Amino acid sequence: MKKKKLVMGVIGADVHAVGNRILYFAFTEAGFDVVNLGVMVSQEEYIAAAIESAADAIVVSSLYGQGELDCRGMREKCDEAGLKGIPLVVGGNIVIGKQKFEDVEKRFKAMGFDRAFPPGTPPETTIQALKELLHMEEEA
Amino acid sequence: MKPVLLIDFGSTFTKVTAVDIEGERLLGTADSYTTIETDVGEGLENALKKLHAQTGPLHYAARYACSSAAGGLRMVTSGLVPELTAEAAYQASLGAGAKVLKVFSFQLTEDDIAEILQINPDIFLLVGGTDGGNTECILHNARMLAATNFDFPVIIAGNRTAARECERILAGHEVHICENVMPKFGTLNIEPARQKIREIFLHRIVQAKGLSQAAELISGILMPTPSAVMKAMRLLAEGCEGESGIGDLIAVDVGGATTDIYSMADGMPRDAATVYKGLPEPYDKRTVEGDIGMRYSVRGIVEAAGLSRICQLSGLDKSRVEELIDQLCAAPDTLPAPGSDLEKLDFALSSMAIETAVTRHAGSMEETYTLMGLTYVQSGKDLRSVRQIIVTGGSLIRTRRTDEIAAHALASPLAPMSLRPLKADIHVDRKYIIAAMGLLSEYAPQTALRIMKKELEYNGHSEQKNS
Repeated sequence: MKKKKLVMGVIGADVHAVGNRILYFAFTEAGFDVVNLGVMVSQEEYIAAAIESAADAIVVSSLYGQGELDCRGMREKCDEAGLKGIPLVVGGNIVIGKQKFEDVEKRFKAMGFDRAFPPGTPPETTIQALKELLHMEEEA
Repeated sequence: MKPVLLIDFGSTFTKVTAVDIEGERLLGTADSYTTIETDVGEGLENALKKLHAQTGPLHYAARYACSSAAGGLRMVTSGLVPELTAEAAYQASLGAGAKVLKVFSFQLTEDDIAEILQINPDIFLLVGGTDGGNTECILHNARMLAATNFDFPVIIAGNRTAARECERILAGHEVHICENVMPKFGTLNIEPARQKIREIFLHRIVQAKGLSQAAELISGILMPTPSAVMKAMRLLAEGCEGESGIGDLIAVDVGGATTDIYSMADGMPRDAATVYKGLPEPYDKRTVEGDIGMRYSVRGIVEAAGLSRICQLSGLDKSRVEELIDQLCAAPDTLPAPGSDLEKLDFALSSMAIETAVTRHAGSMEETYTLMGLTYVQSGKDLRSVRQIIVTGGSLIRTRRTDEIAAHALASPLAPMSLRPLKADIHVDRKYIIAAMGLLSEYAPQTALRIMKKELEYNGHSEQKNS
């Protein structure tokens, strides 16, 4: 089976590189073909990379609390760029302060993200969710 | 003595350079008008007569030529995303010495196709998608082309998955497949495409441009002129076996219609606090500013630099500058008399041509505050540590204030985020030998390098001024 391709990176003015590397290794290890854009990635960069590489999903990380602002409008831009329906996944410290994650998740889903993950989520959980989103279990 | 003749068929002048390979020295240079309408051999003969008047009769062991006559190598490219594969295709074409008339991105439309047929390029470079990535766009574009009866070679250098299918779609046309210009996301791989462009230039373009009449006289027209300049500059920077280079450099060629900038430098971020954004650029990078030139594109310089800076630098008032510029547009052949207003204006124009073109060529830095403190985001090449500037092109090698003009390539406190050299030694190509040395470097790199080191005139050292 052809490997599924992910585009990943840390969004906005966020320079947290360690988690990004860990996730990159975890995704690669799990059998994904990964385009890692590193830190300080803009919405446009994720989209351009996804178009050229014909990515199956975009994984957005955010550690510095501004994720909600940074992610706004991303789904609409994907639609505009011809990536209609591409799975969008987000995770990390994606909002400021202590908030109930159910509320946070609801807001990100309303913004068009397929899945949102709270701080401390192990990579395995995200990998499992990606496999479901990309219907990999059924195909295997 | 073992003389070798090097010829540059330019759009206006045919330039000849004679070199003694054994003595590693320049024997002489001369030029005459290019005669593309009748027989390029005529212009060549005229130039040779002038040359031999200086040197006496010479019996050449070999004759090599490069050409930018008849419009140069005219190319059109199409890629997918503008900043990614379309940019990679543009870089590959410029690096091969081409004149890129148009860069298309995403799917070609009927209007685009009409424009391409109208331009009728010498070569079309078709790319798009990383290997294993998007195939839709390049296949669509191949189909759009196939639906017309175009007559130019097409190079396919996109997603390898789609290459053979593109070839089938374009069956019946001259098609060349080569490696993807961007095989992996963010990785530039433009050398195979550059190589292919040069091959096609050699086999096909030379005949088509009426240059083959001269082919009997010479051992071969090897490459487009900018490609020869690129080779010379790379040799000068890096050196070769037995002779060291002068290190990272920038070369500026301010012409009548365009300004070419070459940089030989890695240019990647120098410290860990800097994040690089965008497509990495090649070590040997060439850019062409089509709107910046001393005569045909003089208005482009004024537009980019602003009339007030031209006035300030030339010491002329607004109305006088405007008057002179109108004259230049009406008669682009005008050369300045010493001490004339036009000489003062030319000083200002060439200074601004260099400043504008090098600023566009060099990368830039942006400051961003993050929770981790101040971070720098770099895009394009960091040329701040480049210490050598080579100056060529008629307008610069004839003036006496070359070092002052060239100093405008340096970083300026007025534009602190532009990553231009902080200080540099200026070298001037007074005898106009760079393209010839690029040709020679194919056969005798050591000799070519030694001659360049000897003949490029040291014209002083400049540092960023605190104005």
